[in-house]
Amino acid sequence: MTIDNTSTSTAVSTGPGAVNRSGSRRPADGPGADLGRPSLLRLTGVELRKLADTRAGYWLLITIGLISVAIMAVMLIFTPDADQQFANFFALAQVPVGILLPILGILLVTSEFSQRTTLTTFALVPQRHRVVLAKVSAGVVAGLISALVTLGTAAAGTLIASLGGTDDLWSAVPGPLLGAAVFQVVSVLMGIAFGLLFQNTPLAIVLSLVLPIAWSALGGMISGLRTAATWLDTGLTTAPLIEPPGAGELGAGQWARLGVSVTAWVLLPLVAGLVRTMRREVS
Amino acid sequence: MITVERLSKRYGRHTAVEDVSFHCEPGTVTGFLGPNGAGKSTTMRMICGFTPPSAGTATVNNVDYRQLPNPGRQVGLLLDAGAQHPGRTGRETLTLSAKIMGVPRRRVDECLDQVGLNAVAAGRRVRAYSLGMRQRLGLAQALLGDPRVLILDEPANGLDPEGIYWMRGLLRDFADRGGTVLLSSHLLREVEAVADRLVVIGAGRVVAQGSRDELLAGTGALVRARDPEALRAAVDRAGLPVRSSTDGGLLVDAEPGAVGQAAADSGVALLELRPAESAGLEQIFLSLTAGDSVREAVK
Repeated sequence: MTIDNTSTSTAVSTGPGAVNRSGSRRPADGPGADLGRPSLLRLTGVELRKLADTRAGYWLLITIGLISVAIMAVMLIFTPDADQQFANFFALAQVPVGILLPILGILLVTSEFSQRTTLTTFALVPQRHRVVLAKVSAGVVAGLISALVTLGTAAAGTLIASLGGTDDLWSAVPGPLLGAAVFQVVSVLMGIAFGLLFQNTPLAIVLSLVLPIAWSALGGMISGLRTAATWLDTGLTTAPLIEPPGAGELGAGQWARLGVSVTAWVLLPLVAGLVRTMRREVS
Repeated sequence: MITVERLSKRYGRHTAVEDVSFHCEPGTVTGFLGPNGAGKSTTMRMICGFTPPSAGTATVNNVDYRQLPNPGRQVGLLLDAGAQHPGRTGRETLTLSAKIMGVPRRRVDECLDQVGLNAVAAGRRVRAYSLGMRQRLGLAQALLGDPRVLILDEPANGLDPEGIYWMRGLLRDFADRGGTVLLSSHLLREVEAVADRLVVIGAGRVVAQGSRDELLAGTGALVRARDPEALRAAVDRAGLPVRSSTDGGLLVDAEPGAVGQAAADSGVALLELRPAESAGLEQIFLSLTAGDSVREAVK
């Protein structure tokens, strides 16, 4: 047997002098670095890269950016000067992003199943829950970045509006930014959860759009559901996060309602989807 | 090293794999042969933890694949060349894997170069790749982590003759340097040229396994005459058992010398007389394939 010591069965660290089959140095990062488990940080970085390295993902990101810029332009041109304030700019910028981010989350998961790249992903990371965890982490990062981008476009819109002379357009940033961050992160995670649960792009996109709307409509029509809706309708529970005045400044009751609705629409499908992903036969 | 012990997989009442056991040693190429639908891919997926077995175990380097901390560094997999995102470039596909495994970026270019995908091809999206190019990309991905074990499912699919020849050399070289290779195929000829060991599977069961030489040797003589009926009579007269007949020839369970003597005694002129070699295995294989294609047609 001519095989060298680096081929042993367990995670034996490769010393700096380790050689590979061809006799040259094994292309390792360093002693012990190569056979260890990939860190969650590394996996999250890979998942973030996957968001942008296909044409679909790349253009979805560009679209999200362009739409939030377009919204600013429309507001600057068409809304009455009195409404051209930072709080309004920022609130309105959240709306289209809140619709597109779940799709980003869905694609991050379902494209793996539809293109069967799970065959590679789960081959390299057989502990599938770690892949899911990395996707969730990447989703959180994407949601936070998105909140900052909308903050940037809203600030730019406010600056342009203030060129008119008025300078009392600004309002507090931390509250709305926190609200936007929570809103965007919840949006992406809901997409990831739906993607994991349905493992099918069109189905997950349609249901993530239709189910909340249907639920809102039912809650609005049937009086018996009205109390339940205030706890479970994400449209209602996330409104305090983004709607001025006082966006992002939630009371304990509002946080509780948000928590319950997020549990129902994000946490439960995420857990069910995780179980399904763990059990699913990959082929 | 790959060890498969009594693996079975049942889907409801259908048994895809039944009691399959084999062993792949370092320094060898094991050909996993069987007609389409025989259970090759299911077995390979069970080895890699993609499909939970109904019974039995499989280990790679003595460990359950799913327990390997960084599997890409120990096992190179190519189970389906079609399972790549068409919207990514070849280089990006490998870069993602390299990042997960923690191998340096230059390894990506080394592997692309090794499988013969040039910079132009590497920069193209996988959508535009031919099946042969996808196989090469899949092989590059398998080699990326510099593993000691390769598990390849029908890697020659879509490769041109030059590509198949090249791949044989690559696998032979990999094994000669101490690596372990398990490769599946439904073509006996394709595997025969490179494998040291053969595991033949049909309808989910192992029907033959052993070293290639062992399986190919001692299978008698293949003999052909201008007058097949006279030949048959001559062989029968000499009391030599005829195993089967192929296109105009006979497969006789005897030394070629004995067969030649029998023909000479009866004055039958021969067209061909040689050790049967793979003809015996081919017979097993053909009977498997025949049954299978009938089943496929009925489905």
